[in-house]
Amino acid sequence: MEQLRLHDFQSRNLQPVDLTLQAGECVTLGGPSGCGKSLLLRAIADLDPHLGEARCGSHLQSQTPPPQWRRMVALLPAESHWWAETVGEHMPDVEPELLTALGFKADPLDWQVTRLSSGERQRLSLARLLSNRPRVLLLDEPTANLDQQSGAQVEALVGRYLEEHAAAALWVSHDAQQRARIGARGFLIADGLLRTEA
Amino acid sequence: MKLIELTPLDLSIAALLVLALAALSWRLRLGVERRLLVAATRSVLQLMLIGLVLKTLFAQRDPLLIGALALVMLAIAGYEVMARQEHRFTGAWGLGIGTLSMGISAFSITLLALQLVIRVDPWYTPQYLIPLLGMMLGNTMNGMAISLDNLTQNAWQRRGEIEARLMLGQSWQQAIGDLRRRALRAGLIPIINAMAAAGVVSLPGMMTGQILAGSPPLEAAKYQIMILLLIAAGTGFGAIVAVSLGAARLFDERQRLRLDRLR
Repeated sequence: MEQLRLHDFQSRNLQPVDLTLQAGECVTLGGPSGCGKSLLLRAIADLDPHLGEARCGSHLQSQTPPPQWRRMVALLPAESHWWAETVGEHMPDVEPELLTALGFKADPLDWQVTRLSSGERQRLSLARLLSNRPRVLLLDEPTANLDQQSGAQVEALVGRYLEEHAAAALWVSHDAQQRARIGARGFLIADGLLRTEA
Repeated sequence: MKLIELTPLDLSIAALLVLALAALSWRLRLGVERRLLVAATRSVLQLMLIGLVLKTLFAQRDPLLIGALALVMLAIAGYEVMARQEHRFTGAWGLGIGTLSMGISAFSITLLALQLVIRVDPWYTPQYLIPLLGMMLGNTMNGMAISLDNLTQNAWQRRGEIEARLMLGQSWQQAIGDLRRRALRAGLIPIINAMAAAGVVSLPGMMTGQILAGSPPLEAAKYQIMILLLIAAGTGFGAIVAVSLGAARLFDERQRLRLDRLR
């Protein structure tokens, strides 16, 4: 079963892309800074104007109301933003097990956002995203700000989520070792082209 | 009561005071005497000139001419709203949002007041229409400029938060809702403060003028009440229209935040 299919999909700085993500699959994306990785993810989440079509299951991007599309095809940006005072206001539907799996022993929902460490912010923003039960995860360097232990927790949690929900992930990472570890398939962006990573 | 006319001699007494101030400024080496005198001369010339213009205008009875003047005033006010924005909308929207919302609020409320409240006949009698419209435009303009500026600046600074909400599946109305409310509050606070302080802290300029011109104070107060209430309504409705148009313009048909529509 395929979860995401891009057809002639063109975001800024990139040549048109054809790409399919199968259920349960984690595909990695690498390349130098500014090559258009983040812009590709933003376009797939329909946050930037772009050309071409994307399909999630039977839903065509152009035919789906944007809020519904973004719940199905969820983007985790490199830097998380918070608009309310406490953590809980940002994720009304989150399950406690999700927070435990991310290494939170105490309940973080009453915590003040301003007092979170950058690592806590990053892990909580992943919890916030997963509480929507997306079918496709677009992860933009989700472990860049994390220590090794938290990074491993995130990798494990995403892996389990993909398996349990038959979801797919497109994971941007600068770390070649991480890319080899988490993804069966990988792509590199160079000169505006998407190439298979050997 | 009869209007006590001011003679040139009366005005020169006031002018002498300013001259004395300029002399003192020169003696104390404050260095503002030149600017003071230039500004005083300017205000004398400008006000005499507008007095002459209004004299000619009030003799007019042609609704087309008066209507054209009203539209020019509206366009200038719309331009002022735009000019006060740090991040204004590109293209026709920059001028259009302010002009349209003032046209809907200030313009129509002035006409409503002339027809239903003061019952001037005909409604375009320039002695009433022009000063009333000027007062409405001048005052509602402030609230609208503050609201729009607040909205666009916050959208610019908080783009990350707005997009985070969109990414989590909120609609554009939800994503910008807090900022819309904040912008409206900011635009309404000056007129709310003005109403609260009216008569206690400050005697509004229009009322002062009417009293000096010989109106009974209670009549002047009634006019001032009407003006304040109309300005409050005009500011509020106008700001709601402006902020709604502005907020909608910040997003495209796929509910993407489009800050490239600002500059």
